[in-house]
Amino acid sequence: MTPEEQLAETIRREGARVLATLIRTLGSLQLAEDAVQDAAVAALQTWPRDGIPGDPRAWLAVTARHKAYDALRREAVRPGKELASAGGVAPVVPDPVPEVLELVEPDSVVRDDQLRLVFTCCHPALAREAQVALALRTLAGLDVAAIARGFLVPEATMAKRLTRARQKIAQARIPYRVPSDAELPARLASVLAVVHLIATESHAPSAGEQVTRVDLEAEAARLARLLAELMPGEPEVLSLLALLLFTAARRPARVDVAGDPVPLADQDRSRWDHAAIGEASALLAEAVRRSQGVAGSYQLQAHLSACHSTAQAYRDTDWDRIVTLYDLLLSRSANPAVALNRAVAVGERDGPAAGLAALDAITGMTRSHLWHAGRAEALRGLGRTGQAREALRQALELAPTAPERRLLTRRLTEMSPP
Amino acid sequence: MAVYAALLYLPEGSDSMMPEVRKEHGVFGAAASEVIRGAVALYPTGSATTITVAGGPGGDVMVTDGPYAEAKEILIGLYLIEAADLDEAIGWAARIPTAWRGKVELRPVRPIGGGAS
Repeated sequence: MTPEEQLAETIRREGARVLATLIRTLGSLQLAEDAVQDAAVAALQTWPRDGIPGDPRAWLAVTARHKAYDALRREAVRPGKELASAGGVAPVVPDPVPEVLELVEPDSVVRDDQLRLVFTCCHPALAREAQVALALRTLAGLDVAAIARGFLVPEATMAKRLTRARQKIAQARIPYRVPSDAELPARLASVLAVVHLIATESHAPSAGEQVTRVDLEAEAARLARLLAELMPGEPEVLSLLALLLFTAARRPARVDVAGDPVPLADQDRSRWDHAAIGEASALLAEAVRRSQGVAGSYQLQAHLSACHSTAQAYRDTDWDRIVTLYDLLLSRSANPAVALNRAVAVGERDGPAAGLAALDAITGMTRSHLWHAGRAEALRGLGRTGQAREALRQALELAPTAPERRLLTRRLTEMSPP
Repeated sequence: MAVYAALLYLPEGSDSMMPEVRKEHGVFGAAASEVIRGAVALYPTGSATTITVAGGPGGDVMVTDGPYAEAKEILIGLYLIEAADLDEAIGWAARIPTAWRGKVELRPVRPIGGGAS
C-alpha cells in the first residue's frame, strides 16, 4: 500500500466507526454523514502535511462533532428552514460543552453503535437495493460515486436511492437498535443476504464487460469481516465470511490473461490463495463447532465451496459430498440455481446421461445461459454433438456478459466438426 | 347520522405541504370543524411499509418496503396507532386481522402545524 492509500484507508475505516456513533448522538443519518464527510475532507487536507495523528479516530470524531454542531447552528439561524432530508423533528441545538465535543468513545461503545447501524441499514422495511447501498455507504465507508460504479448505475441514481433510504429511515422512524433475541434470527438473515448479494453481484455481474469487479468482492469480504468482529458467536456470520474467502481465494485463477473466465476444471490451482483457503477452513470449523449440529444455509454453501477449494485437482473433487450438500440446501428451499448446480454435480458423479436427466428435470430455466451450457456439456459427453452445439448456441444468445459470450464461442468452435 | 371516511388522493410527487394547500385545508377545516372527527396528514408513499402475516394469527410476519397498491384489494378502513418507532408499529400491525386476510400498509403520520415538517 502506498502512503496515500494507507491514509485514505485509515480515513475510510475510522470514519465509518465515527459515523456509527455520531448517528446515535445526532439522531440523523444525513447530518452525521455530512459531518463525517467534512471531517474526512479536513483530514485529507491536513494529514499529508502534518502526518497521521496518533489516534486518527479521535481526531475524526472530534472534528466531525464540531462540523455537525456548526451545521446545526447554521440551520437553526435560518428561520423556517426545515432539516429537509434529515426529516423528523428538528433537533434542539444546545451550546455544547467543550468536554462533550472532545469526548472520545471507547471501543465497546463504537462496536455497539456499528452493530446498531448494521441492523438499521438492513431493516426489512427498506428495499434490498437501498439496504445494499446504505451498507456500502455507511458501514464500508464507500463514496456514492464508487457505489454507483460498482452497480453500473449513474451516480445521480445512486445518490437519489440513498437519499430516499435516509428519508424513509427518518420519516418511518426505523429504529437505531439491535433487535431483540426473538427478532434476531430473521433480522440477521436480512443482514447476511445484503452482504452475500454484494459478493454475488461481483462474481456474476448481470451486465457489462468485466468478469470480476474486484471492488465489490473485497467490499463484501470487508463487511463480512466487520460482522464477524461484531457478532463472533453467530455461526452463520462466520460461515458467510468463510464462503466469501473461499470464493475470493480462487480469484487469481478465475480469469485468463485476456480477461476471460476460466472454468473451475481448467483453473491453475497453484494460483489460488492458499492462505485465504486456510483461514476460511478455520472459520468454517469454528462455525460448525458453534452451530451445534444445525447447519445454516451459509454453512452448507461454505462446505460446498470448501469441497472445491480443498480438492488437489478437479478429478479429486468429492462430487458425492457436493450432491449431498446441494440436496440439503434444496430441502430448505427450492431454488432453480441450486438445482442447476446440483444437476451439474450429478453429471460429474454419475456421468453425462444422469446429468442431462437432472438438468431436464428442472423447470423454469430455459432463459438461463448456464442451464443451456450445462446441457451442452452433458450432450457433448454423450456424443450428441449436434444437439450440444444447438444448446451452446442458445446459451450464447442468453449470456449476459461479453467474457461469458467469448468463452461459449470458444467452446462452440472447439466442438465444430473438423 | 352516519360517519364517512374521506380518503385524500393526489398524484405521486405532488407537494401536499405547500403553503397554498395548507391554507386551503385551513379554510376547509374551519368551515367543517363541526363535522370533522379526526384528520392526519401522511408522509409520501416512499415512507410506507407493507406487512402481511402468513397463515393466521401469530404466523410469520413479512415486511416489505413500499405502499400496497393492487387493484385486487380494496381499502376497508384504518387504525391510527401511536408507537415509539417502526418496529413497535409493525408489531401492532401484525396483530390486525387484516394482516392475514389481506395486507396492512403502515404510513407514518406527519406532524401538521408548526414550522418544521
